[in-house]
Amino acid sequence: MQDREYLKKIRNFSIIAHIDHGKSTLADRLLEQTQTVAQREMSQQLLDNMDLERERGITIKARAVRLTYKAKDGETYYFNLIDTPGHVDFNYEVSRSLVACEGAVLVVDASQGIEAQTLANTYLAIENDLEVLPVINKIDLPSAQPELIKQEIEDVIGIPAQDAPLISAKMGINIEDVMEMIVRDIPCPVGDPDSSLQALIFDSYYDSYKGVIVYVRVKQGTLKVGDAIRMMATKAEFDVVELGYMGAKSLIPTDVLKAGEVGYIAASIKDISETKVGDTVTSVDNPAKEMLAGYRNVNPMVFSGIYPADGSKYTDLREALEKLQLNDASLTFEAETSMALGFGFRCGFLGLLHMEIIQERVEREYNLDIITTAPSVVYKITKTDGEVLMIDNPTNYPDPALIELAEEPVVNAHIYAPSDYVGNIMELCQDRRGTFKDMKYIDEKRVDMHYELPLNEIVYDFFDALKSKTRGYASYDYELIGFKPSKLVKLDILLNGDIVDALSFIIHEDKAYSRGRKIAEKLKEHIPRQMFEVPIQAAIGGKIIARETIKALRKDVLAKCYGGDITRKKKLLEKQKEGKKRMRQLGSVEVPQDAFMSVLKLDE
Amino acid sequence: MANKDLGLYIHVPFCRSKCPYCDFYSIKYSASTADDYKNAVLRNISAYDEVFDTVYFGGGTPILLYNEIADILKQINLKISANAEITIEANPESTTKEALEILYESGVNRVSFGVQSLNDDELLALGRLHNSQTAINSIIDACEIGFKNISADLMLGIPYQNRQSLYHSINELAKLPITHISAYMLKIEEGTGFYKNPPKLPDEDFTSDLYILTCDELEKNGFFQYEISNFAKRSFESKHNLKYWDSEEYIGIGPSSHSFYGGRRFAVLRNLREFIEMPLQNIYITEENPKTFDEWAMLKLRLSKGILFDEIGQFGVNKDELINKAKIIPKQLINIDETGIYLTKEGFLLSNNIIEKLIF
Repeated sequence: MQDREYLKKIRNFSIIAHIDHGKSTLADRLLEQTQTVAQREMSQQLLDNMDLERERGITIKARAVRLTYKAKDGETYYFNLIDTPGHVDFNYEVSRSLVACEGAVLVVDASQGIEAQTLANTYLAIENDLEVLPVINKIDLPSAQPELIKQEIEDVIGIPAQDAPLISAKMGINIEDVMEMIVRDIPCPVGDPDSSLQALIFDSYYDSYKGVIVYVRVKQGTLKVGDAIRMMATKAEFDVVELGYMGAKSLIPTDVLKAGEVGYIAASIKDISETKVGDTVTSVDNPAKEMLAGYRNVNPMVFSGIYPADGSKYTDLREALEKLQLNDASLTFEAETSMALGFGFRCGFLGLLHMEIIQERVEREYNLDIITTAPSVVYKITKTDGEVLMIDNPTNYPDPALIELAEEPVVNAHIYAPSDYVGNIMELCQDRRGTFKDMKYIDEKRVDMHYELPLNEIVYDFFDALKSKTRGYASYDYELIGFKPSKLVKLDILLNGDIVDALSFIIHEDKAYSRGRKIAEKLKEHIPRQMFEVPIQAAIGGKIIARETIKALRKDVLAKCYGGDITRKKKLLEKQKEGKKRMRQLGSVEVPQDAFMSVLKLDE
Repeated sequence: MANKDLGLYIHVPFCRSKCPYCDFYSIKYSASTADDYKNAVLRNISAYDEVFDTVYFGGGTPILLYNEIADILKQINLKISANAEITIEANPESTTKEALEILYESGVNRVSFGVQSLNDDELLALGRLHNSQTAINSIIDACEIGFKNISADLMLGIPYQNRQSLYHSINELAKLPITHISAYMLKIEEGTGFYKNPPKLPDEDFTSDLYILTCDELEKNGFFQYEISNFAKRSFESKHNLKYWDSEEYIGIGPSSHSFYGGRRFAVLRNLREFIEMPLQNIYITEENPKTFDEWAMLKLRLSKGILFDEIGQFGVNKDELINKAKIIPKQLINIDETGIYLTKEGFLLSNNIIEKLIF
């Protein structure tokens, strides 16, 4: 039997914080003070290392790092800090990251107090039996009110906060208190290194030399280099080539990972879709009887077409998506063709934020201009002949005469917010065709409102609308519960009498009229006048429900051609032609890219 | 080597004051600089062993330098062919009978007056130094002195202009002894006074209406459109300006002037001091090899007669392909017949868009 003393030296935890409350700064400070990273090597906010993450102030992917801390008791401890994504699109990933920990440090801003966004993750942590330890940050600010905030934490979350360390991550004040608290209050992991192997996958990424690097928390058993392993959900099998710990700057190889430890596996894995977050790694020779609980096969919820703005960049776009997929198993794509946009890809995303992130990464990291079509969810259509179709592309929506039953995906949504905003939230949810289920008071001031909502009403801009109706205090999460019959129609947009397939979408009948009108208005704003009058129409089947007209252009700038300066005129025309290349020719109408973008976000 | 039908453009970069819409190169007139300028012009012309059949003094306000110009014409007499068209631009406020007489004697046979409008409030808003009566008087003077070919500039889309005021300008002009009208739409250019302090202008659609009105009214008065902005009584088209649009060669002398000569397009910097001091004007190439179909067709489409199918063979362009491209242009903008392709009045207004569709 192996020694279990090592378990007492391990602390696995994550940090929960609202945007700007200092999660990344605290993480940086911990890395620095444990000398995991020498101060001069520190680039600010080490953990969030994608540009996009820094700009948006959110963590997109989970990440982990191991710190070594020599505590006041003279013992050396190993801290595994597991970062969590901070958006509802990635809720499942958050929950898996939390399951890999025994505790969470809750960072609260000393002047702003608890924000709604933090609440959802805190509840998720408590639900997963994590020890939640509050820390009051930014005590150096004149507006800091630590005593009030402590009371708020106790009132709102119901965890003791009187002994919470008062720190300034920015100034490096009392960081040691946080580390001593982690040693003292976060339980050490439990697990049996002699048992059959169960290791939880909480993240993975593609490394071009080593293949997929899988981040795991070993729950039971022992993992050794050379072991044959099996992913219990995907059934994929591999031989372990390398094991190790996550250093701040590089991976640190080791021979063995034991129950309670957090580390990585490299096993010449080519395809990241074989290493699903939440899956259990076991050994082929002595497999565990059961998977670890809570695995979910995460399917894309939102689909949209991505097309290269310049049709000749199709191959470049495919390569970009392939590379992004190496690191992001939740991104799916397949080739599709649009009459309007030519060759492109139908892509599946976890949610709208995920979609935006992928779009931005394609544009920035691969330097490609793209056009995106309106996001759609998957609809379930039963035809009169009994055939069942799953439709994620409006183009494939069958003729209404052939539809026996149309169903749309529905989610269970929980909205957490201060009770003052109940009225606003109910109004919003009703507008979004929600069905009220129940409402619970989390405490005196806060509620958990439970609604059943059609997915297509929330993937769009629900979170933005929710935040604006609650001054940013509300958060929400949701989970797909299935399909329900719905009065769906396909709304087409016609430019100059021709349907533009890339602008069609599926929508509830009651919403079609106002949406159609709004889209027509937006397009009118964004499509420049052409040499002829261009009618913009929204139609259901053959019926026109909205119309706008772009008046014909009368004159373009008539540059003079006198004194014989012909070259200037010619250059102006060449420049104009170059500018037009960024337009899409739809039939006879030239449509700028931003017209497609404009219909994606309609302010409600 | 003498080049048949070569044009000569001389840029005269002096004005009494700068109009807020103008981006042509000019500086304030001074008599001493004018003499240095004249010598530089003569020096440069002598470098070319050519004979010119059109000479055009543009500006600026060339008529301010009537003595110098008379002198230039006298000295280059041998380089000017017998029936050459010799034009001078004149602004009414700077035009005197004396100047017109001297120029007439020196061989100038065409005067182009910068009238712009015959409504005083419009002239004031344009920053012009003349009023409508001064403009009318200058034209009558020129006629009395013997000029048979007189042109007037008219501006469209200017502050305060409306249908009625434009009718007035056109009909008053038509009563005068003029043979040619250039009607330009105001375009605010970077670096001008109007660019810094934009005036209130009629909107683009209304200006388009004014343009169509101008075309119609001028035609009623016997001025036939032969180019986007140019109208003439029969056989009074500007020979010099037609060279530009027919891709014929011309030599430009003076700061900011442009040339198309020896198969290349080139220009001179906008710097009078340098022009005066350099032994020969310092040119920079703007286009090494301009003899392409694109450029040729772009210029031809400015003309009412448009692109003639008989002439496209030299570029190896296929007639049917061109017709197919032209067919995507809305019918009210373009005419296609057995001889060629040409724009309508409405088409001229959209010539940038159409040219881009057809050729570039």
